[in-house]
Amino acid sequence: MKYALILAVTLAGYWLTLSGYLHEPLILFFGAVSVAFAVGLAARMKILDSETVPYLNTAKTLTYFIWLFREVVKANMAVIKAVLSPELKISPSMIMVPTRQDTDIGRTMFANSITLTPGTVSVDVTEDGILVHALLSEMANPDDFMDMGERSGWSVGESSKSDEAS
Amino acid sequence: MAEPVIDTAVPASGALPWIEILEWGQALLSGGLILTGTFFVLAGAIGVLRMPDFFTRIHAAGMTDTMGAEFILLGLVVQAGFTQLSLKLLLVAFFLFVTSPTATHAIAHAAHLSGLKPRLGRYQAPDLEDIGKGDRS
Repeated sequence: MKYALILAVTLAGYWLTLSGYLHEPLILFFGAVSVAFAVGLAARMKILDSETVPYLNTAKTLTYFIWLFREVVKANMAVIKAVLSPELKISPSMIMVPTRQDTDIGRTMFANSITLTPGTVSVDVTEDGILVHALLSEMANPDDFMDMGERSGWSVGESSKSDEAS
Repeated sequence: MAEPVIDTAVPASGALPWIEILEWGQALLSGGLILTGTFFVLAGAIGVLRMPDFFTRIHAAGMTDTMGAEFILLGLVVQAGFTQLSLKLLLVAFFLFVTSPTATHAIAHAAHLSGLKPRLGRYQAPDLEDIGKGDRS
């Protein structure tokens, strides 16, 4: 029920953003019906849970995206330097990065963050870790990914692992 | 009767330069952001051409859809100001932020599954003279 409400609010906001019909009662009514229909379908399919409706953590996710954007900018500088240098000094390497997220969405967030950061691409996601291809060998240090992994887990509402690990 | 006319005219002429400055700032900021984005797109294209193998090319291509697209979209958001249009543009930026790494991962994963081995270890661009001799490994 809680998730149905959250989904309805999100869909309504999304609909209003895209359509912009704030003063046309008939169209607004159709929009409301569409939202109700979509929520009803989701409820019937029994997919209303924290994984399909992850909007409770929107503030955390946005905070994480801002941090991630800074990381992306930093990594971009390194890649752009390598690409534009005349000798093209790169040292591709493959490493296995262990994952410590408990949820699928946390792991997805982590793998996507790795891919989004230029210079590292997640090639394979398995039970015990993520296979990462790095453009520069200095980017291929598993410890450097720990911070990002922890943050991406936190951004989707997982509790911090630092106390558990120590 | 003449007094109110002067009253409204004075603040209007006093406010106008500020609006003009703001508009110029907006144009410059959005132009700068779009140019930055274009620079990254160009660098990504150069990277795709220069990299030695498939996996390294992905990295260069990834640069275009993070910094390139995001900066161009940010520039357009500044251009649009506080309107519904910029909300939509922000949505586009968000979806790109989420979907482009998924697509990149799908390509890399497909290459990995089909058995493509990445070229590992140090790599340096060959000298122009070496290419001239016919060694194109």
